[in-house]
Amino acid sequence: MDFPILSAVTFLPMAGAILILLIKALTGAQIRADGSEDDRVMYAGLLFSIATFIVSIVMFLSFDQSAPGYQLIEEADWYSGIKYKMGVDGMSILLILLTTLLTPIALIASIGSIKKRLTEYVVAFLVLETFMIGVFCALDLVVFYIFFEAGLIPMFIIIGVWGGIDRIYASFKFFLYTLLGSLFMLAAVVYMYLTAGTSDVVALEQFSFDPGAQTWLWLAFFASFAVKLPMWPVHTWLPDAHVQAPTAGSVILAGVLLKMGGYGFLRFSLPMFPDASVMFQPFVFTISVIAIVYASLVAWRQTDMKKLIAYSSVAHMGFVTLGIFSFTEIGVQGAVFQMLSHGLISGALFLIVGVVYDRMHTRDIAAYGGLVHRMPVYATLFMLFTMANVGLPGTSGFVGEILTMVGTFQASTWAAAGAALGVIFSAVYMLTLYRRTVFGEITNPELNDIQDVNIKELICLIPLAFGTILLGVVPNLIFDITRESSAHAIAKLAGG
Amino acid sequence: MFDLEAILTTIAPELLLAAAGLLGVTVGAFLGDRFNGLSFKFGALVLFVAAALAGYYWEGGRAFDGLVETSSYANFAKCVSFIAGGIALLMAEGFLRRHETLRYEYSLLVIFAALGMGVILSSADFMTLYLGVETLSLSSYVLAAFHRDSPRSAEAGLKYFVLGALASGLLLYGISLVYGFSGSTSYEVVAEAETSMGLLFGMVLMITGLAFKVSAAPMHVWTPDVYEGSPSPVVAFFATAPKMASMVVFSIILFTAFPQALAFENWQLIVGIIAAASMIIGALGALPQTNLKRLLGYSSIANMGYALVAVAAGVQYGAGSLLIFMTAYVIASLGLFGGVLSMRREGGMVEDINELAGLIRRQPGLASALTVLLISVSGFPLAFGFLGKLAVLEAGMDAGLLPLIIILVLSSVIAMYYYLRIVKIMWFDDQAEDFEPVDAWVTMTVYVTALVSVALLVFVAPFSELAASVAASLIS
Repeated sequence: MDFPILSAVTFLPMAGAILILLIKALTGAQIRADGSEDDRVMYAGLLFSIATFIVSIVMFLSFDQSAPGYQLIEEADWYSGIKYKMGVDGMSILLILLTTLLTPIALIASIGSIKKRLTEYVVAFLVLETFMIGVFCALDLVVFYIFFEAGLIPMFIIIGVWGGIDRIYASFKFFLYTLLGSLFMLAAVVYMYLTAGTSDVVALEQFSFDPGAQTWLWLAFFASFAVKLPMWPVHTWLPDAHVQAPTAGSVILAGVLLKMGGYGFLRFSLPMFPDASVMFQPFVFTISVIAIVYASLVAWRQTDMKKLIAYSSVAHMGFVTLGIFSFTEIGVQGAVFQMLSHGLISGALFLIVGVVYDRMHTRDIAAYGGLVHRMPVYATLFMLFTMANVGLPGTSGFVGEILTMVGTFQASTWAAAGAALGVIFSAVYMLTLYRRTVFGEITNPELNDIQDVNIKELICLIPLAFGTILLGVVPNLIFDITRESSAHAIAKLAGG
Repeated sequence: MFDLEAILTTIAPELLLAAAGLLGVTVGAFLGDRFNGLSFKFGALVLFVAAALAGYYWEGGRAFDGLVETSSYANFAKCVSFIAGGIALLMAEGFLRRHETLRYEYSLLVIFAALGMGVILSSADFMTLYLGVETLSLSSYVLAAFHRDSPRSAEAGLKYFVLGALASGLLLYGISLVYGFSGSTSYEVVAEAETSMGLLFGMVLMITGLAFKVSAAPMHVWTPDVYEGSPSPVVAFFATAPKMASMVVFSIILFTAFPQALAFENWQLIVGIIAAASMIIGALGALPQTNLKRLLGYSSIANMGYALVAVAAGVQYGAGSLLIFMTAYVIASLGLFGGVLSMRREGGMVEDINELAGLIRRQPGLASALTVLLISVSGFPLAFGFLGKLAVLEAGMDAGLLPLIIILVLSSVIAMYYYLRIVKIMWFDDQAEDFEPVDAWVTMTVYVTALVSVALLVFVAPFSELAASVAASLIS
C-alpha cells in the first residue's frame, strides 16, 4: 500500500497539537506574571501548520489532474460496513490547499495580538485544521459527518475564549444553528446507510434513491449546508460569529468553514439526489437571489467593518449556490472557482480589518478616514482586495462571478438578472467602505500616529494578494484541475 | 433437581455477591470501624470478580426450573453494571472519608445493590424479577440517605423510598394481573398466552413500574430531587450501574415476555411515548437548572429517553443498539458524574454549575477530559457517545419510528445547549479561588473513561460485533 498521504495531511496538525500539549505538560506551565505565555508555543504551532502545507503540496503533486474520479484513495474497515475512506478529486484537493494555506496565515496574523491562553489557542487552530481537511477528504458519509461536526467544537472555543464582548452569545448561536441543521443531515445519513446498505460516497453516487425519498434527503442535507454556507434566511449566525471572533477565527470561518456548505452540495446533494435537485432549483435560485440582493443592501448600511464583510460573504455565497444549481458545467466551475477566490479575498479582507483593529481597537467605520495619508502600503493592499471583492476584471473575484452568472443565465434569465444587481451593490458597499476608511482627511486625531503594515502583516497579505491576481489572470490553473470533478458533479443532471 | 453446573453457569456472579455481602456483614460485625477503609477495596474487588464470572459464563444457562435464565445479552449488561459499580465504589472512598462518613455499610450496600441488578438480569420469572428489584431498590434507598445527619440526604432517601415503594407496588400489581390472565409468572409461558385486555393492563402497570426504575418520564419526577440530595458518589453510582441493569431488564422483559405476537404493537406505542416524553422533559427540564446534580439528573432522563427509542424499535433492530448506547452512556457518565461531582472549593462541594468557572486554568488536564466526556454524553461526534446515538438512530429508522427520530434530533440540539453551558463555564469564565485537588481514584477514572470514550470511537469494530452477536442470542 502506498504511503497514506491524505491521512498524513489530515492528522499532521492534530499530531502537532498533541505534541505541543505533551511538551507543555512535561515542561510545566510557563505563564508569566502578566498572564502571557511563551511565544515558542506559537512558533511550534506555526511549524506544524507550515509542515502540513508542505505535505499538502506534495499531495497535490502526486495528484493526476487529468484523470477523472477520486484519487489517492485510502480505505480501512471501521465497523459494520462503515469504512474509513479518504480520497480527493480536483475540487476537494484545491479546498484542502486553501485550508492548509489559510491556517498558517491565520496563526501568523495572531502573533502578538493573542496574549491569553496561547497554548489552547494554537491547539484549537491545529485541531480545527485537521477537521477541516478531513471534511474535504472523507469519502464515507459517516466519516464526513464526524469531521463536519467536530470542527464546531474548536471554533466554538476560539470564538468563546478569544472573541469580543458578546462572544458567548455568538459562540452559542454559531454552534446551535449549525448543529440543528447537521442533525437532520445525520438522520438522512442513517436512512441512506440503511437503504443503500453502504455509506461509501462512491457507491452512493451509483445508487438511485426513489424520488419521494430524495426530496426528504435533499431537504435534510440542505438544512445542514444552507446553515453552513450560509444562505438567507439562516445566515444570521454569521455576522455575530464574525464580529465576535478574533481576526484569525474570522479568516478561517470565512475562508474555509463556509466553503463546506458549497462543497457539500456538489459532493452529495447533486450527484446523489439529482431529481430532487432539479425540483428544488427554482427554490434555491429564489433564496440565492434574495440573499445576494438583501445581504448586499444590509452590508451597505453597516457601521462595523467586520459585519460589512460578513454580509458581503453571504452575498458572495449566493453566487456559489446559483452556479451550483445552474447544473451547467460553466456554472459549477464558476462556483468552485468562486469558493476558492472568496476564500482568499474574504480571508484577506478580515486580515485587513484586523490590521487597523489591532492598532485602534475599534471596527467602527466612522472612527477611521484618511488612512491613506499614514498607511500607503495598507491603502494599496486594501484597494486590491476591495476591487477583487467587487469583481474587477484581472482579479479572481471577477472570474468567479462572471462564470456563475453565465451558468445561471443559461438556466434562468431572471435569476441572472437578480445576481447582476448584486454585483452592482457589491461595488456600492465596498467602495463606500473604502472611501470612508481610507480616503478623506484624518478626522480622528488618534489616527495621526498610526503605523503602516508591518512585516508580519505583509507576510500574511502578500500570498493572498498574489493568489488573487494569479487566479484572476490565469484562471485556467484552476479550471484544468476542477474540470473533471465539476463534470462529475452534474453528470446525472446533464442538460437538466 | 439440584444441578450445580446449571446453577453456576446461570447465576455464579449473584452467588458470589450474596456470599461476599454476607461475609462483609460478618467481618464488619467483628472488625467494626477497622473494616471501613478496607471494605471499599473488598467491595470493588468482589464486583470486578463478579463481572469476570459473568464474562466466564458468557453463554449463560437456565436453572431452578426456569426461575432464572441468562443469555450473553444479560451477561453483557452484568459485566458493564458490575464494573461500573466497582469503579463508583472506588471513587466514593475519598469523598466519604472527607465527610467522616466512611463506613463499611456503604460498600456492603453497593454489593447488595449489585446483587439485585444481577438477579433482575438473570430472572426469567416475574417473581425472581420482583425479588431482584426490591433488593436493588432497598439498597438504593439507604444509599440515598447515607449522609444521615444531612437533612437533604435523609429527604432524598425518604422521597426515593416513598415513590419507589409506589412503583414497586404498581409493578407487583402488574405482575399479579399478568399472572391472573396468563396463568403463570414465567416469561416463557406468558409469551405464549393469548392477548387479552387484562394482560395488557398488567403489562402497562409493569411498564410503569419499570419506567420508574430507569427514571423515564413521566415517572422521572424523583430523579432530580434524589440526585440533588444524595451524596455525590451515590449519584455517580445511581446514574450508571443500576441504569444499565434496569434498562436492559426492561428490554428483556418486553422482548421475551411480551413478544411480537403477544403485544409488541401495544408496548411499542407506550414505550415510544415514554421515550418521547423523556427526551423532551430531559432536554427542557435541564435548561433552567443551576444545580449541577439536578442538571445531570435531567441529562440522564434525556439519555434514558434515547435508550428507550432503541427499546421501542423492537428486539430485531433495537437490542444491539441499546447495548452500544447504554455502554457508551455508562462509560461517559461514570467519569463525568464522578469527576464533576467531586470538585471541591474551599468551603465545600461544587454544586452550582457556575462554581466550575475557570477549571481549565486550574486543572487543564482534568477539564479537558471532562469536556471529552461531556461531548460523549451529548452524543456529539468525536467520542463513543456519538456511535451510541448513531446506533439508536439506526434502530429507530429501521423500525420506522420517524416521529421519535425527529424528537431525538430536536432534543439533542436543546440538550447540547446545556452541555455547552458547562463547557463554557469551565473554559470561558474566570474565577478567583482555587479548586482543591481531586482524589486519585476520581482523577484516574476521569482520564481513563475519557480515553476509552475516544478510543472506542476509532476501534469500535470488535465491540459492535460483540453487541450484534449478543443481541442475536436474544432473538434465537
